[in-house]
Amino acid sequence: MNKSVYASPDQVSETKRHILTVLVDNEPGVLARVIGMFSGRGYNIDSLNVAEVSNDENISRITIVTHGTSEVVSQIEKQLLRIVPVHSVTNLDQEGNSVEAEVALVYIYISETNKKKVYQLCDLYRARKIENENNTTIFEIAGASERVNRFIKEINEITKVEIVRSGPVAISSIKKNEEE
Amino acid sequence: MNNEITGAEIVLKSLAEQGVEVVFGYPGGAVLPIYDTLFKQNSIKHVLVRQEGGAIHAAEGYARSTGKTGVVLVTSGPGATNVVTGLTDAMMDSVPIVCITGQVPQHLIGSDAFQECDTTGITRPCTKHNYLVKDVNKLSSVFHEAFTIAQNGRPGPVLIDIPKDVQFASGTYEEKNKIIIPSHRLFEPSPDFEKNKIEEAVELISKAKKPIFYIGGGCINSGPKASTLVREFINMVGSPVTMTLMGLGVVGSSDKNSLGMLGMHGMYEANMAMHECDVMINIGARFDDRVTGRLDAFSPNSKKIHIDIDESNINKTINVDVPIIGDVKQVVEKMITVWKEKKFQIDDKALKLWWDKINKWKQVDCLNYNNEGKQIKPQYAVQRLYELTKNTKTFITTEVGQHQMWAAQFYKFEEPNRWLTSGGLGTMGYGFPAAIGAQVGHPDALVVDIAGDASILMNIQEMSTAVQYRLPVKIFILNNEYMGMVRQWQELLHGGRYSESYTDSLPDFVKLAESYKAVGLRAKTTDELDDVITQMIETKNTVIADIWVTKEENCFPMIQSGSAHNEMMLSKDQKQDKKSAEKGKILV
Repeated sequence: MNKSVYASPDQVSETKRHILTVLVDNEPGVLARVIGMFSGRGYNIDSLNVAEVSNDENISRITIVTHGTSEVVSQIEKQLLRIVPVHSVTNLDQEGNSVEAEVALVYIYISETNKKKVYQLCDLYRARKIENENNTTIFEIAGASERVNRFIKEINEITKVEIVRSGPVAISSIKKNEEE
Repeated sequence: MNNEITGAEIVLKSLAEQGVEVVFGYPGGAVLPIYDTLFKQNSIKHVLVRQEGGAIHAAEGYARSTGKTGVVLVTSGPGATNVVTGLTDAMMDSVPIVCITGQVPQHLIGSDAFQECDTTGITRPCTKHNYLVKDVNKLSSVFHEAFTIAQNGRPGPVLIDIPKDVQFASGTYEEKNKIIIPSHRLFEPSPDFEKNKIEEAVELISKAKKPIFYIGGGCINSGPKASTLVREFINMVGSPVTMTLMGLGVVGSSDKNSLGMLGMHGMYEANMAMHECDVMINIGARFDDRVTGRLDAFSPNSKKIHIDIDESNINKTINVDVPIIGDVKQVVEKMITVWKEKKFQIDDKALKLWWDKINKWKQVDCLNYNNEGKQIKPQYAVQRLYELTKNTKTFITTEVGQHQMWAAQFYKFEEPNRWLTSGGLGTMGYGFPAAIGAQVGHPDALVVDIAGDASILMNIQEMSTAVQYRLPVKIFILNNEYMGMVRQWQELLHGGRYSESYTDSLPDFVKLAESYKAVGLRAKTTDELDDVITQMIETKNTVIADIWVTKEENCFPMIQSGSAHNEMMLSKDQKQDKKSAEKGKILV
């Protein structure tokens, strides 16, 4: 689909989830430029993650999960590249080989009646209990978003929880010429 | 270290090293240190406008008529917000601008200080890039990068926001050639330069039976050499060529291959040829909705070649077969080389048949209008203006609306950079300040703003500027007492309900001119028209020529919104079919 006011009806490709990795100069306003491009042009951000990845070069890595047809996503990539501090944009789905993971922290409302079930489920998903000073039950689960989704669904069926998720980060798994 | 100078001095030194001759601006609290430094030097001229919006359009007019970068200097808060329209305009039409804004001192940022606003936040989407400079030692490198970014690749506006304390602080100046800009921050064509694609494109052109070149503003931005090369290549092929509103002048109007402008108010033959061509060569245009009309019926049977410096324009609205990313001048030069090397020759017989067909379309005479009676038709006014100015070096600017389209249709441009109009954003009030900028860049040329009575009032305060700097700009108002294009759409699409489109209580433009100590002229009938135009041209002063034209003239031909290229409306009597009219009504 295109973005013209005279929209063309012959939409061909289907809407899919895409993970984009954007390398940017770590300078003020760069995240606002990226997010502003998405909102200004009416694209979707399902999740977004940003962190500095190298101290020497001052480069940050932004991971954006979006959805759209391949035409829309290719347009997103090109629009991102127009932003001056953007080094590169990689569509990890197009590369085919990538691994992704995210982290969720889950505060679990626990009682004598549900305690056993909660711990069993956490065990099953290999969620790790995080010790804290207030001695409340907080679990950490990491892995593919799918897995985290399932865990959250099941724990929700047992008890009330409060959740925070990092959103996925992803990296290409294609073999590169490793130095040293 | 005693070679430290103040931030304000660094600003002026950077501008001087960048070869800036003139700055358009308006002072205020947060830029006083820069204005103080400006006062102490003579190399850079300052043009004081009467509203910041005028400054940026003037800088645009200067940039587009000279090919240089336009520079704007305004204060914080309202100074900055007033340039937002102009920045967006420059962004849409790819005009190189560097805009300097003052900012409150750093310790006040975020405190809702007097005349504070988040300038970089507000202007982020309407600039190519912007900076808030917090360190005086980075000021010169920011300036040099800003000028490079404004001009590099697809040109555009860049804004530099400088807090007042940074203007006062002392720091070191770094020269232009000492600044290294990382390559990812600039557009650089790939080293092998799309060689295969160029060969593929040229071969495709050589096999065309019904080719058409579709030329846009990118050819003008690529410099005068690009226009020469484009003309040369089109001549070699012998193909018809049509231009967008932004591309007028790349190929001369009198050129035998030129079909004139295409699009919503373009020529019948140009649009029909676009619809029926088998190979379309888009050079520096972006398939704007004003050009394409209904997308699913846009040139259905053609292979499309698209040359653009901005990759995001490729496949944005129209899918193309051969995309080439690069600068027009370089790409077309390579295309000519390939054409000659491979001794390509187009099928002459097929080409002749194609021209025969086009010549039949030309016989429709789509610009025909009824020119009876004593009342001046707006089309006739532009025609006479052209006839009486064609032998002078003339720059034409326009506002936005019917007069703009009549100017595009009836004024014949033979050279690039002579036609300055707000195409992408469609900014009413653009033309007069742009004419001031063009006149500053070309003191001896004739600069005419073809205006409407409604548009001209949007920046009429710049009369003071024009008179103060003795700029003999001519304002040629096609006065029909209406916002003509709004009225036309209301007539065609909204049942003739002219909601708020009549401009009541217009000023007496002759007296208005005189009150600014300029010259006011008026033509009420066709008998007076030539005299008024001649007098206007001969007057060595700022002139407003108030041309009273027929009030309810419509601009034709027209592709109504929701229609295709081959569904042009040639006159009022030819109604759009109801279904597409309803669908088209929601479009802009």
